[in-house]
Amino acid sequence: MSSFADQLLVLVLLINILILGTHRARVAIRAIALQGVVLGMMPLLIHPVQGHILLITLFVVLAKGVCIPWLLFGALSKIEFSEDLPPFLGYAGNVIAGAVATVMAFAFAARLPLAPHHQELLTVPAALATILAGFIALASRRKAINQVIGYLMLENGIFIFGLLLTEAMPLMVEAGALLDLIAGIFVMGIIINQIGREFSSIDTSRMTALREEE
Amino acid sequence: MVLFTLLVLIPVAGALIAWLIPSNVKRPWVMPVTACLHLALVVAIVVAPPLQSRNEWIDLDAIGKLFLLEVSALFAACAFYSVSYLHYRRERNNRVLCMGMQVCLAAMSLAAGVHHMGLLWLAIETTTLSMAPLVYFNRNARSIEATWKYMLICSVGIALALLGIFFLAYSTVVAGLPPSLLLEPLQGYAPRLPAGWLHAAFVFLLVGYGTKMGLAPLHTWKPDAYGEAPGLVGAMLAGGLANCGFIGLIRIYQICMASGNAPFCRAALLGIGLLSLFTAAAFLVHQTDFKRMLAYSSVEHMGLFAVALGLGGKALYGAMLHLIGNGLAKGVLFLAAGNIHRAFASKSRDSARGALRRAPWSGALFLAGFLAMTGSPPFLIFSSEYSFFVAAFTQGHPLVGGLLAVLLMVAFLGMAMTVLPVVFGEPPKNRERTKYHDTALLVGPPLALLTILGVVGVWLPQPLYRLVNAAAALLEVAR
Amino acid sequence: MIDLLIHLVLIILIPPLLPGVINRTKAAFAGRTGAPLLQPYYDLYRLLRKGTVFSRTTTWVFRAGPIVTLAATLAAALFIPLGNHAPPLSFNGDMILFVYLLALGRFFTTVAALDTGSSFEGMGAAREVTFSCLAEPVVLITLLVLSRLSGSLSLAGILTHSSTTLWLASGASLILLVAGLFMVLLAENCRIPFDDPTTHLELTMIHEVLVLDHSGPAFGMITYGAALKLSILSALFLHVALPLRNADPYLDWLVFVISMILLAVAIGVVESCMARLRMTRVPQMLLAACVMAAFAMILVVR
Repeated sequence: MSSFADQLLVLVLLINILILGTHRARVAIRAIALQGVVLGMMPLLIHPVQGHILLITLFVVLAKGVCIPWLLFGALSKIEFSEDLPPFLGYAGNVIAGAVATVMAFAFAARLPLAPHHQELLTVPAALATILAGFIALASRRKAINQVIGYLMLENGIFIFGLLLTEAMPLMVEAGALLDLIAGIFVMGIIINQIGREFSSIDTSRMTALREEE
Repeated sequence: MVLFTLLVLIPVAGALIAWLIPSNVKRPWVMPVTACLHLALVVAIVVAPPLQSRNEWIDLDAIGKLFLLEVSALFAACAFYSVSYLHYRRERNNRVLCMGMQVCLAAMSLAAGVHHMGLLWLAIETTTLSMAPLVYFNRNARSIEATWKYMLICSVGIALALLGIFFLAYSTVVAGLPPSLLLEPLQGYAPRLPAGWLHAAFVFLLVGYGTKMGLAPLHTWKPDAYGEAPGLVGAMLAGGLANCGFIGLIRIYQICMASGNAPFCRAALLGIGLLSLFTAAAFLVHQTDFKRMLAYSSVEHMGLFAVALGLGGKALYGAMLHLIGNGLAKGVLFLAAGNIHRAFASKSRDSARGALRRAPWSGALFLAGFLAMTGSPPFLIFSSEYSFFVAAFTQGHPLVGGLLAVLLMVAFLGMAMTVLPVVFGEPPKNRERTKYHDTALLVGPPLALLTILGVVGVWLPQPLYRLVNAAAALLEVAR
Repeated sequence: MIDLLIHLVLIILIPPLLPGVINRTKAAFAGRTGAPLLQPYYDLYRLLRKGTVFSRTTTWVFRAGPIVTLAATLAAALFIPLGNHAPPLSFNGDMILFVYLLALGRFFTTVAALDTGSSFEGMGAAREVTFSCLAEPVVLITLLVLSRLSGSLSLAGILTHSSTTLWLASGASLILLVAGLFMVLLAENCRIPFDDPTTHLELTMIHEVLVLDHSGPAFGMITYGAALKLSILSALFLHVALPLRNADPYLDWLVFVISMILLAVAIGVVESCMARLRMTRVPQMLLAACVMAAFAMILVVR
């Protein structure tokens, strides 16, 4: 793998932190789109150019760079109010948690029994760090839209790991997975709208009607 | 192969037709037509001799056939039921519901037959997605909350399953083998795969598909989604999607069994299975909402699946029987529960009581479904649970067997405390009557499912017996 | 010997030029003519000629503040290589001394501010110290990373090591360092978006409020010290960001001066394009700089 791809992964890690630290949903959406596009370009850098790889790149860039941000902005635009709901742990707490998670991912990846030619790459630690950052966003954010962005980060992390395995994943499955992702975001976007309409807020911590009665 | 393609394409075509039909009244009739075609095709495939030309990607083995039979029968029941149910709820647009049900059927049929782990994942993910809008059928604050939880938790879970699949593929890379995600080659490689990556893959797939199945502690979305979804959607979720997650789990189990890592996987499965049983039993006692009660019952039975896989041996035969028993019994219970919910406009045992007087057929079905679900003879689940006990006590897990007995007993009592008032209690005087009354299409489908459960419980037809044995043998491979 | 002389001359003469360039750039962006480039020199000259007023409540600490700060900063300047030339002083581990000299300067500025007993200056001191808690680690981590990359322990070895080949080899961590350092450069020298050097609203400023009570030559020393600190950190930054090397030593000096001026222009552009951050966002930005430096360290250490 070229070292340029490794440098791009650093950018991906920085975007994780940016998303964890930003308080604006629009910034987060743009950042996740950029992350998706950067990741979409990665297969081109790693593998020799062939039709299969080109198609994957095209799909991923279109899906993560165009389609999903468009859906998310759509979901956001119909909610007129915008409120600042600080996440659990606060923004600074989130950033620190993300940084700690990244360090842990690097430490953990160094001990994994990877294939010899993957030992030196950033791919595995970056994948783990992005997955963890996604979990942090999912667990600490209270706005539904930010939770979706956390989910996307998680997906991106898994995608990074998948970069090691492009040969094993047939095009059909990759394309199908992307299609499912888009459909999922589409459905989530609709739900966010409905949440906004029903609760006059997209604060998911207000959703406590369903629980066991004592 | 052609037949299998048709199996997937027919529901998709049905969904398209449902989308094109403008009339809210006529549209639901698409589903029974699809269901009949699908069921006929499934029977034809199952009865037909196995194909000589096997495809690596798609190969309908005994497990897949059993699952297909179960799902197709359950969908048929739901389809006929839905005609009457949707007629009763004409005011709601049912286009999304009709489409979602059929897309889900297509995805589940695909899941039954694929042997490529990636494609299987795709099919399971599609079932999750297609059902999400259906949970939101009632369009109120409670159902939006349930849908959000369902969507987010299941999506994250299924994403983790994808990571598990990647780990599985990566283990082949580390071992220096050609990367592959096909079931048979992986089973062949299994002894040479590095144990660490294989364990990681198993754990992630267990968490991922476990979320989908609703194993504790990943079950939190389940009571909400089952409680707020309409009865027929609940039936598909509990009898179809949960079993579909189990199929995903079975595939990785097959690989792990072939690898010589059996003790680790079995211990993990036993642990999570018993935890699910415990959680379910704890929440079943004093459950006032009978639809949420059914959700916990589903958690309980998913726990039974995990325990059965963990026990191995004779329990595998039971697990395969349970695949049918759980699916069909859940169908009976949810459809009957949906009727009772409509009849009383409430799903709490405090206000919905005396179903036998208010809607006698539904009340009786609910009671019978409860008995079938909790493993009373003569229903099928009795045989499957019996085989779990035999396996536990004869294969050196007396503690598991004892726990199983206690927890199933508690679950039975807990469910009885909710079901009996709902069925036999005194109807509340002050509530005004809804316009609901039992009709043939509302009670016929669950009755049919119940009859199958009863008949098969007493007398298992020879072809079905062979099929169940063949499926169990597939799980025992390479031991 | 000539190098030593040039170093001393540059370190003494260049600092006031940088604020002049920055202000000129900002003026150009705003469509004004702006003050002359050499205005900061005139200001210093004017301040030095003035008398000084000391409050009766202050002690010797207040008088010592500007002097110690300027002395510490000047001492630190002797360790920084300018361009491609060895600094006058250098030994193994001097990077720790360098960081502590800057910290000593800050300590005396804040102690002098506290010595006035004014609540405004106390508030400013609190802010200054809080933010430097986050800014200093970035400088230290940067130096550690560079030391690891170069295998040297002295500032001279660390800073003159980075080159275009190093950029190709570990560009990612260097980009992170550059980004982190630039943020610290802005924050430490009270530039927008962290602090506004032109504002005199007590509630929003950080640095200006510290020195409200100083006047005359003391204030001149503070202004000069601040400009000196800007040029030291700029030189540090340039070593990492623009490792230009040529064979001719005199060309090197010229390149150094030009790149300093270009950096000042860049700072001016940033100041013109951005708005001041809300006070609560400042620690978050600095935290981001810390995280970037930490990432760079992870990348280098693994």
